[in-house]
Amino acid sequence: MSNSRARGWYVLLILPFLGLLYPPLYSRHDPELFGFPFFYWYQLAWVPVTAALTIVVYRKVVHR
Amino acid sequence: MSAVTVAHDTDGVTLAVFLVLFGAVTIIGFVAARWQRAKAASLDEWGLGGRRFGGVITWFLLGGDLYTAYTFVAVPALVFGVGAQGFFALPYTILVYPLVFVALPRLWTVAHRKGYVTPADFVRGRFGSRNLATAIALTGLLATMPYIALQLVGIQVVLGTMGITGDWPLILAFAILAGYTYQSGLRAPALIAVVKDVLIYVTIIVAVIYIPGKLGGFGHIFDTAGAALTKKDPPGALIPGTTDAQVAYATLALGSAMALFLYPHALTASLSASSATTLRRNAAVLPAYSFLLGLIALLGYMAIAAGIQPSGPNYAVPDLFAFMFPSWFTGVAFAAIAIGALVPAAVMSIAAANLFTRNLWAEYVNPNMTDEEESKVAKIVSLGVKLGALVFVIVLPTKYAIDLQLLGGVWILQTAPAVAMGLYRRMHRHALLAGWATGMIVGTAMAIDQNFKSSVYPLDFLGLHINAYEAIYALAANLVVSIVGTLVLNAMKVPNGPDSTAPEDYVAPVDAGGAPLPATADEDQRAGRFVRPAGSGARTGSGP
Repeated sequence: MSNSRARGWYVLLILPFLGLLYPPLYSRHDPELFGFPFFYWYQLAWVPVTAALTIVVYRKVVHR
Repeated sequence: MSAVTVAHDTDGVTLAVFLVLFGAVTIIGFVAARWQRAKAASLDEWGLGGRRFGGVITWFLLGGDLYTAYTFVAVPALVFGVGAQGFFALPYTILVYPLVFVALPRLWTVAHRKGYVTPADFVRGRFGSRNLATAIALTGLLATMPYIALQLVGIQVVLGTMGITGDWPLILAFAILAGYTYQSGLRAPALIAVVKDVLIYVTIIVAVIYIPGKLGGFGHIFDTAGAALTKKDPPGALIPGTTDAQVAYATLALGSAMALFLYPHALTASLSASSATTLRRNAAVLPAYSFLLGLIALLGYMAIAAGIQPSGPNYAVPDLFAFMFPSWFTGVAFAAIAIGALVPAAVMSIAAANLFTRNLWAEYVNPNMTDEEESKVAKIVSLGVKLGALVFVIVLPTKYAIDLQLLGGVWILQTAPAVAMGLYRRMHRHALLAGWATGMIVGTAMAIDQNFKSSVYPLDFLGLHINAYEAIYALAANLVVSIVGTLVLNAMKVPNGPDSTAPEDYVAPVDAGGAPLPATADEDQRAGRFVRPAGSGARTGSGP
């Protein structure tokens, strides 16, 4: 089993933590999107991104 | 904008829609007992639904379980009151799923192999320590009880907005809940969760399309709310501006995410999945609920923009609905919240009952229970737990339930080194117990020092000023004691307890197929106290 290579994909799951746990990155009002300040739409955008990353890891690690 | 006070009068149409939906759910709850039922009575059947829930039901059950009615009321109430700080609920519920994806399939697999029903069962087997398992079980019980009480608060708020006051309607609603949980076990909330989630999705999607349309769009809502927040005392903010606010935001999100999946009710719903793969798939699709929660949080701003003046912060969203929606749809929305309280309350009481039965009653009172006796004890305890929560809410002010639930999050995170890290590393049992005690004391002391007014604690330490979630400090103290203690005890050659799990118990070889693994008699034998009398366990026969 190429376990170590498969495990590398788990690194993708660290991205949401980096993107969300450092608020200075997104504590801003602009640019707005559909009337939403950046602070709000940026965090909402992480929902589909995290889901997509999880699906990638699932495909690569589990469902080969 | 002009101030709006919503009168809490009874609207016949709203009440009728509410009662019809509530009644339908009651019938589903009782009929659920017949669904996929096995012949033998056991805790695996009652308390985990036979560990046979597939992907779709697991999605509804976990979603219905983690996003409680209280969440739907309290998160927008917090955003209504303080602004951006309340929005931490979004990153929190995003970050929980990568954690679930990585850790819970391991826990599911070892629990399935060894017949573990509760997190304390796992700790008992992994560390061979009765004291540590008892500590984990008591923490779970302490953290869950006020959480159940808060579900009642959710129902109370909705009933109050409909002009229904007094304790009897609440007692009746909980008696119905107790009745079908007793009869159907985890199958009742699993089926009701489907109805609950459909109602919640419909309500929120309608709300975020219909209400902004009436209020002049999202841009206007944010502008109005931003202006109104600065005038509050203490002032709120649309964007967290200070370093203190940002550190608090990030630590609340991280601490809550780590705490959420350690709650007994989250683990109960996870262990009821039919395979580890079911859980992994769910971790990818459950964030749909997080998106919903983010939108729900914004209802707080809509309430500000609509000029709602609620009698208490918890009434912000119910008042907004009653003010904005036609009567019949207000009935749908209120039913969604009330039914939303029933699912988690049922799963929580089952989780608490499982903990009590397996880790206190079987451990200290009657170790020789048959499967049938075990499920009987758990069913009775589930009634007791709900009665306790009911008395709590009726006799004591709501404030106590909220304070204790806040503490519950701090407490449950202190089980992380034994339960979550225990899936990977084996620290010393005495060190883990000492670390747990340290974390509990530090977290509780900080909350008391803050007079329960905030879950964030300002600390000046080594010239640093930190303003973080109490649970994070407590976990840090817990980890320092656990790790240093383990190094010292190992160096002194103090024997650690026996480990009844083997490395291969955590990884399922045929995992990708999604089929449940039958446990073998040999595996049960190695698990020590979890030996099942031959032929009486439904679990041994549940394989494909």
